[in-house]
Amino acid sequence: MKILVTIKRVVDYNVRVRVKPDGSGVETDGVKMSINPFDEIALEEALRIKERGEAEEVVVVSIGGTEVQQQLRTGLAMGADRAIQVETDQAVQPLTAARTLLKLVEKEAPDIVFLGKQAIDDDCSQTGQMLAALWDRPQATFASRVELADGKATVTREVDAGLEVNEVDLPAVMTSDLRLNEPRFVKLPDIMKAKRKPLDTVPLADLGVDSPPDLVARTYEPPPRRGGGKMVGSVAELVGELKNKGLL
Amino acid sequence: MAKVLIIGEHDGQTLNPATAKTVQGASGLGIDDIDIVLFGTALDDVAAQAAAVNGVSRVLTCVHDDFAHPLASRIAPEVAAIAGDYSHILTGSTTFGKDLLPRAAALIGVNQVSDIMEVIDARTFKRPIYAGNAIVTVEVPEGGPVVGTIRSASFAAAGEGGNAEISGLEPQAEDPGHTRFVRVEGSGGDGPDLASADVVVSGGRALGSADNFAIIFSLAQKMGAAVGASRAAVDAGYVPNELQVGQTGKIIAPDLYFAIGISGAIQHLTGIKDAGTIVAINKDADAPIFEIADFGLVGDLFELVPELEKAV
Repeated sequence: MKILVTIKRVVDYNVRVRVKPDGSGVETDGVKMSINPFDEIALEEALRIKERGEAEEVVVVSIGGTEVQQQLRTGLAMGADRAIQVETDQAVQPLTAARTLLKLVEKEAPDIVFLGKQAIDDDCSQTGQMLAALWDRPQATFASRVELADGKATVTREVDAGLEVNEVDLPAVMTSDLRLNEPRFVKLPDIMKAKRKPLDTVPLADLGVDSPPDLVARTYEPPPRRGGGKMVGSVAELVGELKNKGLL
Repeated sequence: MAKVLIIGEHDGQTLNPATAKTVQGASGLGIDDIDIVLFGTALDDVAAQAAAVNGVSRVLTCVHDDFAHPLASRIAPEVAAIAGDYSHILTGSTTFGKDLLPRAAALIGVNQVSDIMEVIDARTFKRPIYAGNAIVTVEVPEGGPVVGTIRSASFAAAGEGGNAEISGLEPQAEDPGHTRFVRVEGSGGDGPDLASADVVVSGGRALGSADNFAIIFSLAQKMGAAVGASRAAVDAGYVPNELQVGQTGKIIAPDLYFAIGISGAIQHLTGIKDAGTIVAINKDADAPIFEIADFGLVGDLFELVPELEKAV
């Protein structure tokens, strides 16, 4: 079995991003970048499946400029076998990403494509579902538990009502939720070893992807600030304030 | 053709409040024709509820055994098949909507606008990015319908009093057979629904254990409130994960929100920024939660929460 895991390079989740004063975007210069946390969880799950002897190969894929090689190398250091960089200097939106991944899927024929449930920069939560649609295969989104047997996967999904369990035939697309696992830390010797693992670069232009018209970002703005709060000294004072506002 | 299609969400008996909120969001588009489509096995009750939502023109019921459970791989092709009649295809930004709509958008061949928080005009919307730390105004290019999810916390539910026409719709796609529903494990809580409650009492890591969380449930019960939790409390196993409030849990906008023993990480604040009034109770006076709280109380939650329960 082969598992393809997608990795997106995003602003580190601990960074509080700021909108540029001219509203043209958010400040990303000099900001710490990392693997999207959900993608790290997806990769961890793929590696655990491999370590259980249920998969032979884990391939990490990222779409972007030379800088995404850093995150692919981190993925290799975690334990992926090889990496593919789809090279482009343009930001890709989810449908283009899904169409790009479909080209790789046709070439690589994986049994599972594992993505994060959303990227923490655009917060879209679309790419996995879109890939599954284009590939005409099952999707198991927001996965918190994955069990494989007999060419099928039983996936526990985090839904609003609780947990939903679905059975899907492989090949399938899965997207990871937070509680799927706790990703491992990368060790120094593994970082050294990762430098010798294969990392192929494919120009996006060579894949023949038909890009749909992108959504156009007009302006960026900071979220509205909440008014200054008030510290109260006691429960009685708090209850009084809430009663004044008609909330109790 | 300017017409809106909303994919209704329901559990077989009740229309999810997210659907009436999506109707409210759609009413800002300046388009009078709003249809709701429902997929299910027995839809009479839910269709009647959908028809009563103000502003809805038609309710389309697509009844088939295949729709016993809302599987995206089965429903998305149905949505794509009728998409050609509509300028806008919307649903609520719930796990149902997030799972289904991107699959339909890909089949239609357009990008989706996720989590619409404000409608500027028929093709221009505001949506939050970076865990709500920035708001982007996006324009959907011509050349396809607008496909989007409506952020429930940003819109009130459209009122009742409508009288839409209800008509049947034949399924057009076939079950691909590759995805099967097995079971659902709900928490079975009997309090109000977290996503739509007027008052929410949330607890965090500082509660220290699942047993200690009882004081949160007790306060919530006294107030008729729903219970929520931070990621830390969920990860520690104090409460089930469907109670998680935040960027990757539920995004809520109750009138009154109590954050108890929650420090206020960026990812949590994203989930509550639109609450009417936020009350924070924490022993750390420097906790970030106090920066957005309307009322803050510094002290030991194990003393203050029972005291509060007596006082309300």
